[in-house]
Amino acid sequence: MRAKVEAELASQTLTEHVNGADMLMKALKEEKVEILFGYPGGAVLPIYDALYKAPIKHVLARHEQGAIHAAEGYARVSGRPGVVIATSGPGATNLVTGIADAMMDSLPLVIFTGQVASGVIGTDAFQEADVVGITMPITKHNYQVRDIKDLPRIVKEAFHIASTGRPGPVLVDIPKDLTLQQAYPVHDVEMDLPGYQPNFYPNPLQIKKLVEAIKVSRQPVILAGAGVLHGKATEELKTFAEQYDIPVIHTLLGLGGFPADHPLFLGMAGMHGCYASNMALHECDLLINIGARFDDRLTGNLATFAPRAKVVHIDIDPAEIGKNVKTQIPIVADAKQALEKLLQHGEEKPDFDAWHHHLKSYKREYPFWYNQAHDVLSPQRLIEQVYEMTNGEAVVTTDVGQHQMWAAQYYSFKKPNNWVTSGGLGTMGFGFPAAIGAQLANPDSTVVAFVGDGGFQMTLQELVLLKELNLPVKVVLLNNGTLGMVRQWQETFFEKRYSQSVFNTQPDFVKLAESYGIKGYQVKTQEEVDSVLKEALTSDEPVLIDCWVNPKENVYPMVAPGKGLHEMLGVKP
Amino acid sequence: MRKRIVTALVHNRSGVLNRVTGLFTKRQFNIESISVGYTEVEGISRMTFVVNVEDDGKIEQLLKQLHKQIDVLKVSDITDQGVVARELALIKVLSTGQTRSEINGIVEPFRAAIIDVARDSVTVQVTGETSKIEAIIDLLRPYGIKEIARTGITAFARGNGKSVTDLKQYSIVN
Repeated sequence: MRAKVEAELASQTLTEHVNGADMLMKALKEEKVEILFGYPGGAVLPIYDALYKAPIKHVLARHEQGAIHAAEGYARVSGRPGVVIATSGPGATNLVTGIADAMMDSLPLVIFTGQVASGVIGTDAFQEADVVGITMPITKHNYQVRDIKDLPRIVKEAFHIASTGRPGPVLVDIPKDLTLQQAYPVHDVEMDLPGYQPNFYPNPLQIKKLVEAIKVSRQPVILAGAGVLHGKATEELKTFAEQYDIPVIHTLLGLGGFPADHPLFLGMAGMHGCYASNMALHECDLLINIGARFDDRLTGNLATFAPRAKVVHIDIDPAEIGKNVKTQIPIVADAKQALEKLLQHGEEKPDFDAWHHHLKSYKREYPFWYNQAHDVLSPQRLIEQVYEMTNGEAVVTTDVGQHQMWAAQYYSFKKPNNWVTSGGLGTMGFGFPAAIGAQLANPDSTVVAFVGDGGFQMTLQELVLLKELNLPVKVVLLNNGTLGMVRQWQETFFEKRYSQSVFNTQPDFVKLAESYGIKGYQVKTQEEVDSVLKEALTSDEPVLIDCWVNPKENVYPMVAPGKGLHEMLGVKP
Repeated sequence: MRKRIVTALVHNRSGVLNRVTGLFTKRQFNIESISVGYTEVEGISRMTFVVNVEDDGKIEQLLKQLHKQIDVLKVSDITDQGVVARELALIKVLSTGQTRSEINGIVEPFRAAIIDVARDSVTVQVTGETSKIEAIIDLLRPYGIKEIARTGITAFARGNGKSVTDLKQYSIVN
């Protein structure tokens, strides 16, 4: 590899002035990067100088955290890696939350951070931070470029690692002096990754075992996670469920992988999942997990999780299998490959009618419910109305907390890749910048950002991008003047001691929107909602709707911490 | 708690030790010893860990998490295989003229060696399995041990083990 580079260098003359930063731009072009999310600074000045001449669109966020969450939204909706640039030291450390978030939710990101010049690394130089060290446990892999000739290979590897197997964030740290070094573009670089070979294809014997297990099962259920979306296996999932007539449950992050209006769809499971799904997990005799990682918010108390079930786990990451739940039939594979192989079996349709009948009675008997009031806005009804008005076809992003759970409960997704939420890390401040990335990835879709007044205030400076880039994002602010989920837990588990969960002073969100050049609405009563939503959602401009929702509303039903999925609270009004 | 010996072949790149030990910290694995050194292939090092685990699930998780690291080429739990496992210890023992020959009498059957002599101490070098090293330390303790330095175990499977030369045989699933 090195010899090839040297040969190429030797064969070229110094006609073209190209430096390391130009090499980076060229490498990004080879990866077909169309958009960068970033923020300039001292250590990346040469990179931004190269960008000045390069035809790659750059979104200038107002905080690095905004840039990386936007890149996550872009990645989630487009299925392509989100690319981020930040400077050394504080620029890079401001990315940490987004990197950890992408790691938890398996989002492909490639992050370039500037670093102080090679000669001063380790001297506590101005804006120096050990970014490779800091991000080691929260990246799928990271690099520090030591020789500019390695850059093309590293960039190629970074994109490959980020977007294959179980996707994740890859960080490349580049010392400033390298980006200024005289260099030459290198073509057709080869990757050097003998230790990275994701297992794509399932073991046929394991597939056969699963087919046999379905044959002897009477109460099977499919638990579909985000792996189905990452693996682009939604069609295969639908065919599989139909062919074997098995009900489908989603995790929070899996929503949209299976059409919510399909008769085989039960609903989301977990802490705030629906009763029917949680009971199905509790009572099933065969649990087929496709691309979910048995997160604690999904399983509840592991000791009582799926007590009767034979567990099948299909996952591209072998480390997830058996990590939390004992698995009888492990299948290490890409979801699409595994499902395709399964579909080659499927002889006669099994008879699960009694099981379907049983689950349908749960569904009928224990639907999601909420309090209807006239004098105060119901947050659940509001989300339901947005769902109705957008035909369930909008791209929806959320922050974290009550509104996130209500959005998951009341916005029913018919299509994949329309749901962008921070599941694993639970990052407040995620939803709004993620909507910017989602809109950039999908300019023709209606993008709705459901945010709470807590999380929104963490990253609302990115409002300026809606105006600047003319992005018609609809920000639906569920404003309850409190940190709703914290308040709910304090009410339930801390005897109503509302410690620091109530905002006593709030900005005027309408004026705030207006100062950023965006139309702002305020809604306080049920009567106003219809007309405002209609106007706002059909507008082709960005809007912010400040909805004063009932601050006393709680998310139900609920599995209390330490309890099993069958021990839900608040299943009925 | 059960003691397991795990070896990993890794790319000898900067940060790889940090990557691996960071992983152990993150997943709460308890490392008893760790040793790293070159192999016969340029650019590839062997790490040998001795870890204490509660159950088989935990060791399986550790192996899988190590496999996931991109700089890790191959991981094996060799505890239950026929292994060659050795550790080296340097032990500085107080000694006067009178006790020196007594100490010699201990060193010889252990095939250890005195590699440094000072006015009031001798330094013993011993190589072997952990139990042998523990045994000689026990015997030397009555004379007064000033300092001990141990390398931790390095190990691999006995005899017909695969050579590391052919990189193609390493896969994160096998």
